[in-house]
Amino acid sequence: MAILEVTDLKKSFGKTKVLKGISLSLEEGQVMSIIGSSGSGKTTLLRCINFLETADSGRIMVDGDVIFDGEDKTKHKAKETREKQLKIGLVFQQFNLFPQYNVLDNVTLAVKLKAKERADYKQNKKQILKEIDDKALKLLSDMGLGDKVDSYPCQLSGGQQQRVSIARAMALEPKILFFDEPTSALDPELTGEILKVIRELAEKNMTMVIVTHEMNFAREVSDYIVFMDDGVIAEEGRAEDVINNPKTERLQAFLSKISD
Amino acid sequence: MFWTVTSSLLEGFGKTFEIFALTLIFSLPLGLIMSFGSMSKFSPVKYLTKLIVWVIRGTPLMLQLIVIFYGPGLIGTWAAGFTADNALTQWLCSFGWFNGIIDWMATWESFDRFTAVIVSFVINYSCYFSEIYRGGIESIPKGQYEAGQVLGMTKTQTFFKVVLLQVIKRIIPPMSNEIITLVKDTSLARTISVYEIIWSGQLFIKSDGLLWPLLYTGIFYLVFNGLLTILFGKLEKKLDYFKS
Ligand SMILES: Nc1ncnc2c1ncn2[C@@H]1O[C@H](COP(=O)(O)OP(=O)(O)OP(=O)(O)O)[C@@H](O)[C@H]1O
Ligand SMILES: [Mg+2]
Repeated sequence: MAILEVTDLKKSFGKTKVLKGISLSLEEGQVMSIIGSSGSGKTTLLRCINFLETADSGRIMVDGDVIFDGEDKTKHKAKETREKQLKIGLVFQQFNLFPQYNVLDNVTLAVKLKAKERADYKQNKKQILKEIDDKALKLLSDMGLGDKVDSYPCQLSGGQQQRVSIARAMALEPKILFFDEPTSALDPELTGEILKVIRELAEKNMTMVIVTHEMNFAREVSDYIVFMDDGVIAEEGRAEDVINNPKTERLQAFLSKISD
Repeated sequence: MFWTVTSSLLEGFGKTFEIFALTLIFSLPLGLIMSFGSMSKFSPVKYLTKLIVWVIRGTPLMLQLIVIFYGPGLIGTWAAGFTADNALTQWLCSFGWFNGIIDWMATWESFDRFTAVIVSFVINYSCYFSEIYRGGIESIPKGQYEAGQVLGMTKTQTFFKVVLLQVIKRIIPPMSNEIITLVKDTSLARTISVYEIIWSGQLFIKSDGLLWPLLYTGIFYLVFNGLLTILFGKLEKKLDYFKS
């Protein structure tokens, strides 16, 4: 069964139809890349799935649970939405780290706040917090940031900041991790380190959806590629097929424009 | 003589400091609540707050002081002597609630002088602070709230754990300006005869024909504001460790 299933998702901003019926599905442990020209709706799709925007209609299922249903007009409690939110993680293009916290606290803040809801929090507080720290330290050292845990975001390079933000998302153990152009705010020589981290996550069978303009990376790391154009999925398929043998004219045009 | 003057001025400065401290204690949190009001999605609250801020910032504090001090007493006297002597008031008096309001207003009395000062200063400074807070809160990038949300934090958690300190860092410079102005504004209290330091200094003109004690009060303001400047400088330094 698919871990992510989006059915006929639609979203307009005022009169502009941005998503015109998007359907896609992804198996656990697979990596999907979303490509497409600027303004085709990639960010909007990710934001709708991550509750940063509310879609107008359609359905989103994650891990067997309906997290969004356009038919369901009842108001959901904020707490319910938060629970669903925690099943998925999002890495922003602009990192959005918390500037006043050091690297370790950036990674553990949300996890610690969530731990407060545990029934045994009061009794085992020390131990729970220590476990959270240890796990975060492990994550950070896996990402090559072992010596940066006490630094503040402003003391880090863009690539390091983005790695921290990936660690921060991973610390909540999401079922699926979404990336919105994780390298496009970085200098070209820094993109490699982020792509390496994502590649390593893929090797650990992390389920990921990546919006990217890096075609070579998309082909190499992803199992499946979706090409979005003007609010619809214009073409999709296995990574090599889509990049090497584009069938639609629109994708052919897009790929040749990109490789220029 | 110098010591007599100094101790007398110190006493006056005590009152000055009391006005300063009480105003801050009440208006710092009240200003935050008002800033939420002015950013409210519920438009009656939003526009009511904006109206209050406009009126308070658009009129002199001295006038507000006088209105707050004399207003309630005047209204009380008026309501106590109220008689329905024309068609409109007679018609209004046929409603129970109207009589209720008049009876209630008839119980209004003037605040004592000091309370009137604190009430008007708190209202005035809450409005100024609320605008500073609003500016600070609105200047925090949307991405900070979105990051909080995506990480499953509640709105309250995001505000207090993520946004607030960044806001504080940004508003320290305008806040310190406003707070130093407050120190000087306390002298307005003498308009309604609250014996703060200027008043103490002025007394020596009448009693001993001395002008220098009044000028000497300036030293008190300078020293106090100097201390505040150092304090704010320290605070700014303390938050220098991060950039936002
Ligand atoms: N909040 C919004 N209000 C109005 N229009 C919006 C909003 N967000 C996005 N849009 C519009 O929706 C369209 C799709 O935007 P989106 O950001 O999803 O594109 P994208 O595929 O991510 O592009 P890019 O590659 O440049 O990031 C654009 O035309 C954009 O102007
Ligand atoms: Mg985008």
